[in-house]
Amino acid sequence: MSSQALVEIRDVNFAYDRRPILNGINMTFPRGKMIAIMGGSGCGKTTLFRLIGGAIKPTKGGVKIDGQIMHELDQKGLYEMRRKMGVLFQFGALFTDMSVFDNVAFQMREHTDLPEEIIRDLVMMKLHAVGLRGTHHLMPAELSGGMARRVALARTVALDPMLILYDEPFAGLDPISLTVVGNLIRRLNDALGATSVIVTHDVQESLKIVDYIYFIADGVIVAEGTPDEIHASDMPFVHQFVHGEMDGPVPFHYPGGRYNQDLGVRV
Amino acid sequence: MERTTLDLWVGMFVVAGVAALVVLALKVGNLSTYNVSETYQLEAYFSNIGGLKPQASIRSAGVLVGRVTKITLDTERYEAKVVMSIDKRYQFPKDTFANILTSGLLGEQYIGLMPGGDEKMLANGEELKKTQSAVVLEDLIGKFIYNKAESSEPAN
Amino acid sequence: MAIAKSLRAIGRRSVNAVWRTGYATRFLLLILFYSGTSFRRFHLTVKELFSSGVMSLIIIIVAGMFVGMVLGLQGYETLKRYGSESALGSLVALSLVRELGPVLAALLFASRAGSAMTAEIGLMKATEQISAMEMMAVNPIARVVAPRFWAGVISMPLLSALFSAMGVFGGFVVGVVLIGVDEGSFWSQMQGAVDFQHDVLNGVIKSVVFGVAVTAISLFEGYDAPPTAEGVSGATTRTVVQSSLAILVLDFILTAFMFRGD
Repeated sequence: MSSQALVEIRDVNFAYDRRPILNGINMTFPRGKMIAIMGGSGCGKTTLFRLIGGAIKPTKGGVKIDGQIMHELDQKGLYEMRRKMGVLFQFGALFTDMSVFDNVAFQMREHTDLPEEIIRDLVMMKLHAVGLRGTHHLMPAELSGGMARRVALARTVALDPMLILYDEPFAGLDPISLTVVGNLIRRLNDALGATSVIVTHDVQESLKIVDYIYFIADGVIVAEGTPDEIHASDMPFVHQFVHGEMDGPVPFHYPGGRYNQDLGVRV
Repeated sequence: MERTTLDLWVGMFVVAGVAALVVLALKVGNLSTYNVSETYQLEAYFSNIGGLKPQASIRSAGVLVGRVTKITLDTERYEAKVVMSIDKRYQFPKDTFANILTSGLLGEQYIGLMPGGDEKMLANGEELKKTQSAVVLEDLIGKFIYNKAESSEPAN
Repeated sequence: MAIAKSLRAIGRRSVNAVWRTGYATRFLLLILFYSGTSFRRFHLTVKELFSSGVMSLIIIIVAGMFVGMVLGLQGYETLKRYGSESALGSLVALSLVRELGPVLAALLFASRAGSAMTAEIGLMKATEQISAMEMMAVNPIARVVAPRFWAGVISMPLLSALFSAMGVFGGFVVGVVLIGVDEGSFWSQMQGAVDFQHDVLNGVIKSVVFGVAVTAISLFEGYDAPPTAEGVSGATTRTVVQSSLAILVLDFILTAFMFRGD
């Protein structure tokens, strides 16, 4: 079974100073699948994401990608591994001082010795795949939010990565762009035979496209399953999250003192 | 921006900057009068150098022939030892006279060389034996007042 | 209690300052260590030479010109009292080449190009461009920071030389063309007083040192800025303040070493 899994996360703990963020996380991402990691704001999603990318080290446990434990790699090994990974950042993180073309060509120029004509063809193919071949001469500032996200997507898959990480790919998109980006992510994943991990809190969109979902709350996995299982779940937390209810296991009120005390009212 | 335009602008910037440096060196500074040609060293002892400084010019008949390179106090003779570097093109006789002069009344001090009539020329590292110290204005004034007082005494 | 509290504050500040200095030094060493890319792919540095050097040209030329003109005017007024107007050339040139050229050009460079560097790097960090680069296995210090550093270090002496040359020209315009100081004595006095090694070369050395200080501060502040709007604007302000102080303090130290005793 483990030969099938591209990413294995085993008993990962992480703490900033002494504040625990993640507690005993276990996950398995099989090859070719799309996995969503969901949870409310500040639940440790982004930390988990950075752990997978090797940007930070876990305090306990480890992340194994393609047979190698990330935090045991040296700088060279880590960079070697990252070349096989693609990351889409929250707002695309396009390089604002380069044109769309140069953005997509960036990794090809940095990591390969391909001649400029071949790079040109490859960039055009990638841009065509996201439907934005016509924008190659524009600067990122001239693109709409949805278009910028698609260009960033083209840049992410520029070197045909085996693992693609998406950090909130749907944040701040209008409904049309959202569907477009969602479908693109699925199509690109299947076309490349890659494994995708989406960190998001957009339940409806991700339930449509992913194969498996993990729910995280307070640094632990509280629920997991296929989209159908999640839909059918009657766990209070999942129910609240999927249906976006205001109060439930995730309280509306941040824990505080007694209300009347804060107001100075004596009862 | 096109890379060629960028290169052009940066090229122009670098050329302008280097040109400014050259102007500073040649037109503003004294690099043009620097004898890039070789020099030889001469030494001279003065009992008082006044306000002479390193890099001060050395002139003969008003022509710049070299510069002062080092000034130290010789503790055996208690005199100032001045090392000069002189342009190789100019040779001076052994009995050349070294004088500390002032350009103008309060101007910079420099060394004037007055060649003698000796047949032999000074070689590298040799000493100019005949020197005259700087004229110190305070001494001059002091002497003047003293003389005045002395000459007015008999009248009393 | 109050004493303990203020002592604690002083302690915390000192520890912070030391920690930051160490961090900045490490950053500068990292830049030097990863400088290979800046020269192997020199067009990266050329691009930054454009934004830091070429874009600062106008302000440097205009400022240098006016500073020289003011020097000509004020210098003439003062020298006239002692009847040595002919020394105007040496006064203008010496003050420009030794002090005003390197110092003022560096101050202008810090506020024009240094602050822009800080803001740009800070924003690249805030919009995750730096992280994105790291995740693409490209070292941002080699690819983004080092070319800017070298562009600044190359630009600074060139800009300072331009400033001084324009200043001398401005002094010439006011002194010779407008006031009517004798042109021959203007230049000859200048050439007599300005020594290539002692004055011009030392001025160039100063400006290189200022270039290293200003760009290192600007890049460090940008790279270290908290990834928020206030963070970046605060870092930009700190760049200008710290660079200016660094320039003036370094100028004093360098002057003391270069021109002492003679």
